[in-house]
Amino acid sequence: MTPLSLMLTLSSVLFALGLLAVLTRRNAILVLVGIELMLNAANLNFIAFWAFDSPTAHNAVEPALSGPMFVMFSIAIAAAEAAVGLAIILMVFRHTRSTDLNKLDSLHG
Amino acid sequence: MADHYHLLLWCVPLLPLIAGGIIALLPNRRGRIASKLAIGALSISCLLALGALVCVLTPGKVHVPAPLTWFTFGDVTLKVGLMLDPLSAGMAAMVTFVALWIFIYSVGYMEKEPRFGRFFGFLSLFCGAMLMVVLSNSLLLLFMAWELVGLASYLLIGFYFEKPSAAAAAQKAFITTRVGDMAFFLGMIWLYGHSGTLLFYDGGNGLLESGALSSLAGATAIGGLTVSAAASLLLLIGAMGKSGQVPLHTWLPDAMEGPTPVSALIHAATMVAAGVFLVARTHQIFSLGGDAGIALTATAWVGSITALYAALVAMAQYDIKRILAYSTVSQLGFMMIALGTGGVAAAMFHLIAHAFFKALLFLSAGSVIHGCHEEQDIRKMGGLRKAMPKTFLAYAIGMMALSGFPFVFSGFWSKEGILHSAEFWPGGKGPFLIAACAALLTAFYMTRQALLVFFGESRSPETHPHESPSVMIVPLFVLAAGAVLLSIIGTPFWPWFEKWIHGETAVFHAGAFGEHGAIGLLLLSLVIVTLGVGASVAVYRNGLAGSETPDPLSGKLGGLWRFLENAMGFDTLYQKAIINPLAFFAGGIDMLERMVFVPLMGLAEGLIKGCGRITRASDEAGLNQGFDGICDGLRERADSISRSQTGRAQGYLRTIGLGVSVLLVLYFWLSAG
Repeated sequence: MTPLSLMLTLSSVLFALGLLAVLTRRNAILVLVGIELMLNAANLNFIAFWAFDSPTAHNAVEPALSGPMFVMFSIAIAAAEAAVGLAIILMVFRHTRSTDLNKLDSLHG
Repeated sequence: MADHYHLLLWCVPLLPLIAGGIIALLPNRRGRIASKLAIGALSISCLLALGALVCVLTPGKVHVPAPLTWFTFGDVTLKVGLMLDPLSAGMAAMVTFVALWIFIYSVGYMEKEPRFGRFFGFLSLFCGAMLMVVLSNSLLLLFMAWELVGLASYLLIGFYFEKPSAAAAAQKAFITTRVGDMAFFLGMIWLYGHSGTLLFYDGGNGLLESGALSSLAGATAIGGLTVSAAASLLLLIGAMGKSGQVPLHTWLPDAMEGPTPVSALIHAATMVAAGVFLVARTHQIFSLGGDAGIALTATAWVGSITALYAALVAMAQYDIKRILAYSTVSQLGFMMIALGTGGVAAAMFHLIAHAFFKALLFLSAGSVIHGCHEEQDIRKMGGLRKAMPKTFLAYAIGMMALSGFPFVFSGFWSKEGILHSAEFWPGGKGPFLIAACAALLTAFYMTRQALLVFFGESRSPETHPHESPSVMIVPLFVLAAGAVLLSIIGTPFWPWFEKWIHGETAVFHAGAFGEHGAIGLLLLSLVIVTLGVGASVAVYRNGLAGSETPDPLSGKLGGLWRFLENAMGFDTLYQKAIINPLAFFAGGIDMLERMVFVPLMGLAEGLIKGCGRITRASDEAGLNQGFDGICDGLRERADSISRSQTGRAQGYLRTIGLGVSVLLVLYFWLSAG
């Protein structure tokens, strides 16, 4: 197995775990954690492709930093998303005294 | 008379009426403007009325402008108009002059009243209507204005309508005068039916001109009465209602519930004079039956009874305004005596002089009440001479004029004129003797009032009376001057007023004493005044010991005193004889309604309700349930569909995930195949 395919397998497992958390956990905070997992799986992909499969990786005279740049942006966005998401959860908790997603169904038909 | 004069004559009554109308539209807080408007309109009216007086000052001059056509109904034309003769010009000048000063006085007296503007609106309405009464050339117009006067009187008596007694007094005045007005109306219709006109003067066709008069005297009504006598009696009843003659007098003392300027204006000076004026105006009809005909005899006797009755009752009253009210009733009786015994000029002279000194007395009484903090009981006054010297002076002049103090007061000469006309009446000496008695009593009760109010020591030391402001004092002195100066034109030496009313020229005649036993009459008047005042001074010289002490006469007279104090029980009699049976009848009707009509109505109500219930049941079972069924079905379908919208975000995500997985599997399967 090449290092790249190992990395991709790891990121796929991370992504699947995150998706599982998002789809099944009833605690809103754990759902947020799942989302972070999925984001980080994507970040791992960026780094893996940059490190093992980019044209600049083979002639390292002037290494292009496109992979880490994407990841930096992605982490910043993830941080912002986590802040907003936590704030929303806090407000929801104040409102309903619960973070159980199954109880937040006031938009039902 | 030129047309513009005619217009000016219309202005005299219309200006105050218009001012009253404008004031009615003003917001209540603009009271100061209302008083200025009312006084302004009335002063212009006063100037015009004085001008009109000058126009007819030459004896024998009468202006009758062409009457206006009010409406035509088939071939019947109804005309109304104004006229100017000494009678109406004198009255108009007196009404505007006296009323003007009362208006000015009211500015001070009503100063703290929240409904200040409304008061002046009513006063203006009243004055306009009264001027219409005196200037009217048509019995119909006179009647309409007469009713307006009654309305204004009702509004003003009930001015303090929060007070139940004032509201009751207003109703009483309105209903009592209505009894008289009904008779007046019948008399008017009767006269119209016989003569076909209601105009007084109409170029030979008027009611008071020879053609109509002779037809009235010739026609016979029921029971041997001529139409003229019957109609005169009906008009007399109308006049009795308005002028407070027994037995329709009970409203007048109660009318003292109104503000004091109203008492002065309406219930002393002008409105109550309307009845006397009516008889004077239609005197030609009254006198058709001769000097001692039934109409004039009735007038003289009604006047006599009223004059004596009211003078007796006035002796036993304690309320300062009530004493004056009964004295007004009594003086109106004097005027009726004069009218009944043929002395129209004497009656009118007494009317005008009385307007001056009675307005003066009422305004002085108002000043006393104002100064004593709304106290009206003369037992609680006393010694006000020192605290209110100006009011005392004005009051003394009015009181002496009313009592008939000799020589310099108009009341002396006017009363003397009445006695003179009564003495030589062919119908008997009764009215003359009664008038003499009433004059004696007048001097007695007025002296009593003056002694108890102004002399002695104060019987309520805790109150501190004060003199009134000059806006109230100046009108008093103007009216006092009038009460004195009027005597110039009414003495037997120079009977200018009497001759003027009859359209003749007066000559100065110093020898008038010697004729017709005039000197004896003069002496008699002197004796009457001296006796009345002397007796009163003898009884009330020391005043009362305290505010709770009964009157010295009440112990001596006993039951008679209480009888007089209750105004001889007229109110009780009316209560028992008229009001109670009516109330009983009304109660019976009420019972009938409760016992019979209410159950009947209940039955009908039940039937209608039953029909309604049946209709409703069929409606619900038939229409509603079918329609509702369809709606319910639709709603159930919609509900079951909308149930798939759970509102749970994770559920949606799972579905999406499932869909994506299926699509992926499909894609790989197809691309592999």
